[in-house]
Amino acid sequence: MRLRSDTAVVLRTYKLGEADRIVVLLTADHGKVRAVAKGVRKTRSRFGGRLEPLTHVTVQLHEGRNLDVITQAETIDTFRTIRDDLGRLGRAVAMLEAADHLSMEGEPTPELFRMLVGALRSLGENDSALVASAFLLKALALEGFRPQVEGCVACGAIEDLVAFDAGSGGLLCRPHRRGGAISPEAITLLGDILGGRLAAALATPRGPATGEVDRVATALFEHHIERRLRSVAVLDAG
Amino acid sequence: MSPYAGPVQDLIDELGRLPGIGPKSAQRIAFHLLKLPTPDAQRLATAITEAKARVAFCQRCFNVCEGELCDICADPRRDGNLLCVVEEARDLVAVEKTGEFKGRYHVLQGAISPIEGIGPEQLRIKELLVRLDPEGVQEVIVCTNPNIEGEATAMYLARLLDPLGCRVTRLASGLPVGGDLEYADELTLGRAIEGRRTLDAS
Ligand SMILES: [Zn+2]
Ligand SMILES: [Zn+2]
Repeated sequence: MRLRSDTAVVLRTYKLGEADRIVVLLTADHGKVRAVAKGVRKTRSRFGGRLEPLTHVTVQLHEGRNLDVITQAETIDTFRTIRDDLGRLGRAVAMLEAADHLSMEGEPTPELFRMLVGALRSLGENDSALVASAFLLKALALEGFRPQVEGCVACGAIEDLVAFDAGSGGLLCRPHRRGGAISPEAITLLGDILGGRLAAALATPRGPATGEVDRVATALFEHHIERRLRSVAVLDAG
Repeated sequence: MSPYAGPVQDLIDELGRLPGIGPKSAQRIAFHLLKLPTPDAQRLATAITEAKARVAFCQRCFNVCEGELCDICADPRRDGNLLCVVEEARDLVAVEKTGEFKGRYHVLQGAISPIEGIGPEQLRIKELLVRLDPEGVQEVIVCTNPNIEGEATAMYLARLLDPLGCRVTRLASGLPVGGDLEYADELTLGRAIEGRRTLDAS
């Protein structure tokens, strides 16, 4: 029987049988791990809320035949300020969903893990408008799908950039325009996020330009994973 | 290609669509059913069709019932000022068993789940709103599950109902009776501290 310990963020859970759950973890050292938490749905479970989505935990895993079994869990952070705010919760869940799409079992992604924890901490401290979109864009860049946000993807022109097309992978100048229109303010924000000026982007208050960046990030991400992000916009209505 | 002949695979597929049943369990249950004596299998089939034919949802609260209104909605002794909102009818049964609640219920038939793409419009929330005024509801007690979906649903309802002048309360999170404090998780214990109550000295 092999035991190992890992730090992780709980991405999501699925009900299993009467009282168990399959817990999907993004771990620091082992990529995505799907593990069984036995009895976790019982009120008296010793795991309590430690294996709820959006928890940063240290887990002890017992290697099983099909799925690993979680034998212990200790909380590092519950992200209370995110949980208690519907808007932040929606953005956090979008990040968890994105991390779930980009990670694979048996493929360590320490950088993605580090980015996710960083983004969640940042969201916990400040309700920044762009934190989820910045995470999506930087996670795509990490995968090798960094969009072209400095010039036109067709001709390289750095002036008169007026459109963004997810399929083309970036900005387009007026003669080559395709996809959706984009404002100079949103272009600046994209450049800040992907050009090492993240703090400036995160400090930007919510407005039309941050909304444009949200749409661009979602479109680009969905183009890459070839499916819809389910959690985006669920909580925006109403 | 499915490894089983038509009807067997159909049965496995149908069972696999039930909540909490994975492909392996579906297969196990299917073969169990096939081994049953015919009258036993028939009884199960009849129970399903009968329940489906005779049981409907209460037109007011969406509890399961046999007529138009469930027993609770039809009971005039129930306190109309208090409305307890639950995710599923089985949660209503759990609250009812405590014997502590004398008001009425509203079953949302689900919870908001961003990760599953389930939004408020897929729940019985419009039907909840239209009950408030005519029934003179003073307080809505949100009894959704203490998990991420239940909390999201509770926050959404609070945001929706607060401007309508309705008092919205949330079921307190606390420690299970008979448990040890030292084993409590941080989220539960943190919320329990927040939701503490004054002890009467008398
Ligand atoms: Zn061009
Ligand atoms: Zn009813």
